[in-house]
Amino acid sequence: MAEFTLPKNSRVEKGKTFKAPDGATNVRTFQVYRWDPDSANNPRIDSYEVDLDACGPMVLDALIKIKNEVDSTLTFRRSCREGVCGSCAMNVDGTNTLSCTKPIEDIKGAANVYPLPHLPVVKDLVPDLSIPYAQYAAIEPWLKTENPAPTGERLQSPEERKQLDGLWECILCFCCTTSCPSYWWNGERFLGPAVLLQSYRWIADSRDEHTGERLDALEDPFRLYRCHTIMNCTDTCPKSLNPAKAIGEIKKLMVERK
Amino acid sequence: MARHDRPLSPHLQVYRLPFNAILSITHRITGVGLGFGALILVAWLAAAAAGPEWFATASSMMGSIVGRIVLFGFVWALFYHLANGIRHLFWDAGFGFELKDARSSGLMVVAVSLVLTAVAFAIGCIRAGAIS
Repeated sequence: MAEFTLPKNSRVEKGKTFKAPDGATNVRTFQVYRWDPDSANNPRIDSYEVDLDACGPMVLDALIKIKNEVDSTLTFRRSCREGVCGSCAMNVDGTNTLSCTKPIEDIKGAANVYPLPHLPVVKDLVPDLSIPYAQYAAIEPWLKTENPAPTGERLQSPEERKQLDGLWECILCFCCTTSCPSYWWNGERFLGPAVLLQSYRWIADSRDEHTGERLDALEDPFRLYRCHTIMNCTDTCPKSLNPAKAIGEIKKLMVERK
Repeated sequence: MARHDRPLSPHLQVYRLPFNAILSITHRITGVGLGFGALILVAWLAAAAAGPEWFATASSMMGSIVGRIVLFGFVWALFYHLANGIRHLFWDAGFGFELKDARSSGLMVVAVSLVLTAVAFAIGCIRAGAIS
């Protein structure tokens, strides 16, 4: 159920401050969430003053600079640094996004950097995504057919292929899922926007022959219908996709097939 | 090395709620408020049924400054919940999911609820003779 405050071991405390090097003129403070699994301490916020004149333009550039030059213990996921892998999803300046495509100059004042919201923290900015991944597996995200496989490709008309635009581009960074208050309060039973968008990606696929079974699996007060169209998912998606709309389409199909 | 229980990452504490999310939680709050408002309405009707003295007491309570503030909140909650409910019907029919559409429909809901509340209050006050 909805619990609006953080558990006792999760309350955030004040941490250390790392000053900018002498002579730096274009300084920005990054207030970064830290938690060390090897210590019994609560999470804390460390402040790093970064000289932006000696740093790349994106929030991820600043984090890498901090890790390389100031504090090698800072832990975060990153890989492609160009918004296609989804690893560096985190909460920056109050909104979930990919830190590699989030320009520092878009942030006013100190930059607050937290892990994706309402997840167990493995270390620092690395959250445990086991439950969202298990939910993704539960929707069976692959092409399912009954008819014998054709000898060649499974063909689609351009119109049928167009149905998948805005769905296939999802990189499963879970920015949307972890922005959703319904997912915060019911995350173990509500599938969340990312997984529902993926589910719709297969429901909408003209080649898939298991549409009915897929809808059956979602016909549940929690899995699908905890979505109350709060729209945080669509507001936050770093790929500008529209999970709220995909969920709306699923709800519409549920009514239409009755 | 000792492993400690994983903390829960901050959520409401750090998330900057967008306009649509604020409208959404307002819809929930006004819904709850309407439940309580309905109780007041029932109490008022019960007072009317109980006799002129009870009704006079209830009416004077409603007419007091505090009563009017509560009444104003109730009327606004009613119109807000109604307007946003219609917005939800459009979503249910598959319309208005684009961010700019959701934003303008949200602004419309706020504007419509305020205008309808003002109109309802003006009519009520004129009929009651509070404003001539």
